[in-house]
Amino acid sequence: MRENVMKPCEYACQTEEHQISRRLFLGAAAGLAGFTAPSVAKELSSGQKRMLVIFLSGGVSQLETWDPKPNTDTGGPFRAIPTSVPGIHISELLPQAAKRMHLLTLVRGINTAEDEHGRGATIMLTGRRTEAGIKYPEVGAVASNLLVTPNRDLPGHVQITPGGGSGFNKEDAGFLGPKFASITLADGKPPADLLRPASISSDSDREREALRQKLNAQFAQSRRSAQTDAYTESFEQAAKVAARAGAFDAGREDPKAADRYGRHDFGRHMLLARRLLEQGVTYVKVTHTNYDTHHENFDFHIEQLSEFDRPFSMLLDDLADRGLLQSTLVVVMSEFGRTPRINDRYGRDHWSKAWSVAMAGCGLKAGAVIGKTNANGTAVTEREVHGGHLFHTYFKALGLNPTKNFYPDGRPIPIADPKAAAISEILT
Amino acid sequence: MNTPIDPTKTRLLMDCKHARPLIGCRFDPSGRYLFVSAEDDTLQRYDLLTGEKTPFVGHKSWVRGLAFSPLRDNSLVRLATLPSAAVGSAAIAAREPAPFTVYSGDYHGNLFWWKGTAGAAGPVKSISAHEGWIRAVAVSPDGATVATCGNDHLVKLWNTADGKAVRTLDGHKCHVYNVAFHPDGTRLVSADLKGIIKDWDLATGKIVRDLDAKVLHKYDSGFAADIGGIRGIGFNARGTLLTCTGITNVSNAFAGVGNPLVVAFDWNAGTPKPLKPTEAFQGTGWGVSVLADGTVIAAGGGGQGRVWFWNASDGTNTHAVNVPMNARDMAVHPDGTAFALAGANGTCSIYTMMVGSAAPTPPIQPKKA
Repeated sequence: MRENVMKPCEYACQTEEHQISRRLFLGAAAGLAGFTAPSVAKELSSGQKRMLVIFLSGGVSQLETWDPKPNTDTGGPFRAIPTSVPGIHISELLPQAAKRMHLLTLVRGINTAEDEHGRGATIMLTGRRTEAGIKYPEVGAVASNLLVTPNRDLPGHVQITPGGGSGFNKEDAGFLGPKFASITLADGKPPADLLRPASISSDSDREREALRQKLNAQFAQSRRSAQTDAYTESFEQAAKVAARAGAFDAGREDPKAADRYGRHDFGRHMLLARRLLEQGVTYVKVTHTNYDTHHENFDFHIEQLSEFDRPFSMLLDDLADRGLLQSTLVVVMSEFGRTPRINDRYGRDHWSKAWSVAMAGCGLKAGAVIGKTNANGTAVTEREVHGGHLFHTYFKALGLNPTKNFYPDGRPIPIADPKAAAISEILT
Repeated sequence: MNTPIDPTKTRLLMDCKHARPLIGCRFDPSGRYLFVSAEDDTLQRYDLLTGEKTPFVGHKSWVRGLAFSPLRDNSLVRLATLPSAAVGSAAIAAREPAPFTVYSGDYHGNLFWWKGTAGAAGPVKSISAHEGWIRAVAVSPDGATVATCGNDHLVKLWNTADGKAVRTLDGHKCHVYNVAFHPDGTRLVSADLKGIIKDWDLATGKIVRDLDAKVLHKYDSGFAADIGGIRGIGFNARGTLLTCTGITNVSNAFAGVGNPLVVAFDWNAGTPKPLKPTEAFQGTGWGVSVLADGTVIAAGGGGQGRVWFWNASDGTNTHAVNVPMNARDMAVHPDGTAFALAGANGTCSIYTMMVGSAAPTPPIQPKKA
């Protein structure tokens, strides 16, 4: 296999804008925590199942990633390169992932029939189309709800985003309720106000907490409800999270690991994802942006995928080396793919009719490809699936039965779309 | 003696059609042939005397870099000698073409040598020149050296006679988008994604200075990506003016929302002058050149296509031509009276600016391949 066909895109990784804070990593050397101790990993691997979603926001091109069509009218300028699995080729923009194909499972026959960003994301994250009158929970909320999580000190549903604000996203748990909603770590930073302000002493903090509990108890004697219980629990949860604040600090990881993942934002976010998974967080979603390449698709994919490829591959290696990949489901998804047709600005537009997702771990058949598209990638020709099939597959892989029901307000709602089923060929 | 031209009289002379979108275009030094590169990985040669179209097949990826040698002692074919009635005639077809070599660099990093006058034979030589894309190719004024640049951040010089490496110029910190020799042959400029132009002394291989065209780059923090780069570059014949073009004022990287811009440098002083289209056109400048009278010409596209003309001395945008294609490249004919645009629509259109009694009667069309 040709090594490193495209030179790593150094301009992407060395710009000031992509640089992570050196101080963050230098400061970390003083406080390497024992979260990654092999014994912890072994304990985690023995029972708990976890899920990591890497969301390539904007719609990554399947032709520049998992389903290249070189030297066709839609193929663009890039090569397809051999992988560690004979006969399987992926784009030359993913040289590191190609060497780990034996860990991956590719689904190449996705047709979600939805070319709008928001609705496409909904299909991929909930396994269903948007319906009036019901708000389905995202996959992270379902995982957080259904998977056994021995360590409940940390939130079970975490998103790491490139920017924006940190906080809770009460909507993404849908009918499961805010208890299973995600917490966002914007730019991988801990939740705002996680730690006690320095201006409040620990004694003062204890006194005000005691007062809050006393008033709470008085209130509960006469007007206790599910809502007040949830409110009370949120304080308890916050206290537990504050006690484990270090779990959110990727800067405590070994600087050598930071070097391996790449000294840029996405590298740091993926390292944080590893840390959270090892801490026992059930579901972590890392967003890498942006792939909405209506203009200059090829230049932008060089830049973005060169940033994606190494940290993704390093995380796969680490999960495999630590025995965690067998209990961790990894999914690389977008809201859709991109048009086979190259527009006049060298761009590709939104395309949901024939695109791909990569998965790994949790007993999926490794080194396998399911589904096929035609010669120039314009249509699925074998084993067409949609978001519902994928949703079933995720939970079957996680050892759950997605045909069972939730009962919001006493009404049975199947965990996954009953009109679809798991992709059994890739399950072991 | 220069044939009189008037940019305001620009009109279509000829369409050279291909089945696939085009990427680049160049006239050979004699002016007889127009070469285009296309998204099907081919080069296509159009004989402007006979109308014949000849494919050059061998690359396995897209070609953006095209150049020729020798550059001297060629019998120039003037476009004024192309009366439509003569196209395809035996007398014209029998004219002996002057031999020349074509150099083409592709997005797999391979540099090819071709006999420019040959038929549909393959390349006569190829080398693996860069890791990743070759983005531009240029030949030295004496024809002895071909320069390439690409995504490995390097500029490389090769001996045109045998393809041996002459020198590697290592100094850019990002993808190198363009390269051009100064007309006096002692210096070479290379230009990158971030708008840095490096001026190299060819005798020593040292950087003489950096020229600043950073206005043609932006890091879009919303999309977390770089956009821009110097997409076209060219000196005037005397070597007193260096021009480059690309996109500026980007407000949305992934939709390509920005404005084309030419930056013209006084070569001796190194001072830049922005040349802006008068209209609020959205898109990218893909090709730039300087005509014999000093007029700067650039072409580009976004949702539409345009060709712009400026008075380089005062920066006035003197004229603009609306063209029915997103122009992805531009080449000026060696006789200085016409230019070609490589279109995303698969057509390479030749426009003439010639005026006076010698002006051809357009349009004339080449034969189908």
